[in-house]
Amino acid sequence: MTVNYGSRRVVVGAHYGMRDWLSQRITAVLMALFTLVLLAQLIFGGPLGYDRWAAIFSAQWMKVLTFVVFIALGWHAWVGVRDIWMDYVKPAALRLVLQVATIVWLVGCMGWAVQVLWRL
Amino acid sequence: MPEMSRQRPGTMRLVDAVKYRLPLAGVVSILHRASGALLFGLLPLIIWLFDMSVTSEISYDVFRSAFTAGIGFVPGGLVKVIALALIWAFLHHFIAGVRHLWMDATHSVTKEAGRISAVVTLASSVVLTVILGAKLYGAF
Repeated sequence: MTVNYGSRRVVVGAHYGMRDWLSQRITAVLMALFTLVLLAQLIFGGPLGYDRWAAIFSAQWMKVLTFVVFIALGWHAWVGVRDIWMDYVKPAALRLVLQVATIVWLVGCMGWAVQVLWRL
Repeated sequence: MPEMSRQRPGTMRLVDAVKYRLPLAGVVSILHRASGALLFGLLPLIIWLFDMSVTSEISYDVFRSAFTAGIGFVPGGLVKVIALALIWAFLHHFIAGVRHLWMDATHSVTKEAGRISAVVTLASSVVLTVILGAKLYGAF
């Protein structure tokens, strides 16, 4: 039988935080790489105006990449903001309301971002 | 035993916590959290700015004039200050995040290494904010 107490307690496979820790880092690396890709396109290619700015995001591969990064941002922010609520807000009911509001906020923002991307 | 239980400190309150001097790594840490919270709270503004900047030539003009003439009841000066705060928050959050990844990857977790990387994080984010802020306010 699995030991779930004392120093030999099994600490894998039960969501002790590894998944959140790892997903926050992976999404962070994705966003950092996106920042570098966008920065490279901004630096190389002449004076920046509406035409060139819009052209960057009108490429289909850039739309897909930006979309993935928005999802990563939502996931990353969810882990981080949830940490804040867990640290500072103790009443369970209030915490639940704040966590639901956080998800609504993030999903709403991501939906808006998707609309901006694919009507371009 | 009653003596013992009377001496127990109990839960630390914020007024107790602020009596401690926060090390620089701690300053980076709480600012990492604060900057993340700010970016989260202002996410609709960031997407609105992205929307305006990219959707059409007309919306691009709205985007540009938001920083000078303002938008609706919000004056342009306030838009610039908020943009400056967003620039700092992004840079600090980015650099403090890279610091985290670097510490994870290299196990650079000694007290001294943590202090040095904290100084680098705080200084580089402020310097880059000043440079981009100068651009925002038309210094070059």
